[in-house]
Amino acid sequence: MPGFDFSNYNRNAALHARGVPLPKATSTGTTIVGCIFEGGVVIAADTRATSGPIVADKNCEKLHYISPNIWCAGAGTAADTEFTTALISSQLELHSLSTGRKPRVVTCMTMLKQHLFRYQGHIGAYLVVAGVDPTGTHLFTVHAHGSTDKLPYVTMGSGSLAAMSVFETQWKPQLTQEEAVALCSEAIQSGIFNDLGSGSNVDVAIITGEKTTLKRNYIKPNERVPKLKSYIFKRGTTAVLNEKIIRKEDLGNFVSVHELAVEETGDKMEVDA
Amino acid sequence: MAMFSQNPLMNGPNYSFGDAPKIGAPEGAREHRFDPYTDNGGSTLAIAGADFAIMAGDTRLTSGYSINSRHHPKVFKIGGTTADQHDATIVLSVVGFAADGEALKERLDSICKMYRYRHGKPMNVKACAQRLSTILYQKRFFPYYAYAILGGLDEEGKGAVYSYDPVGSYEREQCRAGGAAASLIMPFLDNQVNFKNQYVPGSGEGHALQERERRPLSRNEVEILVKDAFDGAVERHIEVGDGLQMMVITSNGVEEILLPLKKD
Amino acid sequence: MVGKDCVAIACDLRLGLQALTVSNNFPKIFQYGDNVFLGLTGLATDLSTVSDLFRYKVNMYRLREERNIAPKTFANLVSSSLYEKRFGPYFVSPVVAGLDPKTSKPFICGFDSIGCIDFAADFIVSGTATDQLYGMCESLWEPNLAPEDLFETISQALMSAVDRDALSGWGAHVYIIEKDKVTKRLLKGRQD
Repeated sequence: MPGFDFSNYNRNAALHARGVPLPKATSTGTTIVGCIFEGGVVIAADTRATSGPIVADKNCEKLHYISPNIWCAGAGTAADTEFTTALISSQLELHSLSTGRKPRVVTCMTMLKQHLFRYQGHIGAYLVVAGVDPTGTHLFTVHAHGSTDKLPYVTMGSGSLAAMSVFETQWKPQLTQEEAVALCSEAIQSGIFNDLGSGSNVDVAIITGEKTTLKRNYIKPNERVPKLKSYIFKRGTTAVLNEKIIRKEDLGNFVSVHELAVEETGDKMEVDA
Repeated sequence: MAMFSQNPLMNGPNYSFGDAPKIGAPEGAREHRFDPYTDNGGSTLAIAGADFAIMAGDTRLTSGYSINSRHHPKVFKIGGTTADQHDATIVLSVVGFAADGEALKERLDSICKMYRYRHGKPMNVKACAQRLSTILYQKRFFPYYAYAILGGLDEEGKGAVYSYDPVGSYEREQCRAGGAAASLIMPFLDNQVNFKNQYVPGSGEGHALQERERRPLSRNEVEILVKDAFDGAVERHIEVGDGLQMMVITSNGVEEILLPLKKD
Repeated sequence: MVGKDCVAIACDLRLGLQALTVSNNFPKIFQYGDNVFLGLTGLATDLSTVSDLFRYKVNMYRLREERNIAPKTFANLVSSSLYEKRFGPYFVSPVVAGLDPKTSKPFICGFDSIGCIDFAADFIVSGTATDQLYGMCESLWEPNLAPEDLFETISQALMSAVDRDALSGWGAHVYIIEKDKVTKRLLKGRQD
């Protein structure tokens, strides 16, 4: 891994000390959950990304691909969850190619925790790792500082308490796949409606020994209500001072091609015959 | 005892978005202080028409990432004869710190009631507006943390909207948005109520173009604008939602409308 | 902003040092191919650094691949370049707009300063007037706007938003990008 470039670090610290506000990172305020059932595991997430109190993305993807049989739900700093999972996914692919075995969930979890621990929590990725491998079905949480948990049902993010309340009241051992999916989406919806950091739709991924099914926007309980009026303006409403149109067919007019006289002597550029 | 949030960015005592935690105390020193204010989010909006005024506000009450109530009104009738305010003619909206807003409303209401009792007639908006400014300025150094908007009909029967800052500076305006989503709604009102930046197509070239003439909007048009403004704000601001409360002030009294908003 | 078979990208023209206006003709939109545009807001020194960096990277891509960069590819280039500086970021929040060179489908996306991509089907905003722009776009935008209507909508949204932001304004540039042509217009705005 090439690693990070800290070349602007000292400059930014100096700028910040002089009162330049640090740019806001997009955070996935987020509710993410996971739950094991008979024969597999389900993970689910909401789809809201926030920047302070403003919704930056109403339908983002928080379920990240690691390998065909391992998926990851991410909360925290959006860029960190995105790139950390991509990095580990790539390393795991190379690892499985070199060993000639299917990737294991523990391997993935260990790589994630070692990576995150190395950065002492500065990489703000809070993850739920789930998957099925030759050793069985697994569900983990990984915190930004590198600590991990292994549980039959887990929640993370700002909506974790709302979601956990659903699991704590309704979870039971030996759930069927349908029950697990229903329970997870119920937990996510509890986060969507009761936590301001979470919102919009429910994404679900179901991983079994046979296959993985990603159900993007499994439930859409928050469709935008139609506007009462169209706000199309009469053409010409805006004051234009200057207009320039470049058509593709005219593009040639901006490029002039000159035939240069070929000098027989002198340092002509060598060209293959 | 501080509540600790599960949100990584907010891991620490919960705070309102308007008041992010500051690190300023010297090493080893611990500052103890009383922080009497919170920001309870939400947004309000008022538009004055030719013979009516509309005051609106969402009904969500928040602190940090939590919803404290889905139906907490921000718009109140002021100065009726009785507690049910059936004959009130003035409407007050408050947003900011809910407890201060409530206290401010109670205070202005009792003043208006006393006025009615003493003079045998309701207070007019202009007088009420001035009185509200005085109330706010009296607490100049421990202010009511509330952005108030006062609406009613003036002596000529025209819609009147007065907007305030927390310490009592005020102004009569055509329209005003307040609270968390004010910055989202206000430019929309400039554009759709006062037709700012709109010109008459074909009326000239470049700088000679004629600005679009302002015209008074009908009640129906304003109600549509209010709903669309709030639907937009709900989509993009996490502290706005649940319900939309609208008060329409006409010469026939005050009509209250409740509409649903998204709940996520 | 996305329209029917077209996209629009617009910026104001102010360059300021907090309250002091330094320049009133400072465009923030850069072109990286026939149909690939990048809008940058943030710290002016990083604006030039980042725009030049991408000019270099896109030119290298063109030489290596012997083809123009597609908006989606460019977006990933921007994202990974920004995340490389995760712990010492450029103070910029870029916006990419363009048409896919093969399908001519509109593409827009935005980034935070450390490279998290925000794919949107409707509009992307960035800069000091972000809140105002969100409010305007959320209420004015609708699907399938024709290029002429898209121009009016994006212009009205931008002008009204920057008029409510003390740190933006002084006129605007608007690009309407269609399959066979690009129209660039200079808008009249308040000069205060």
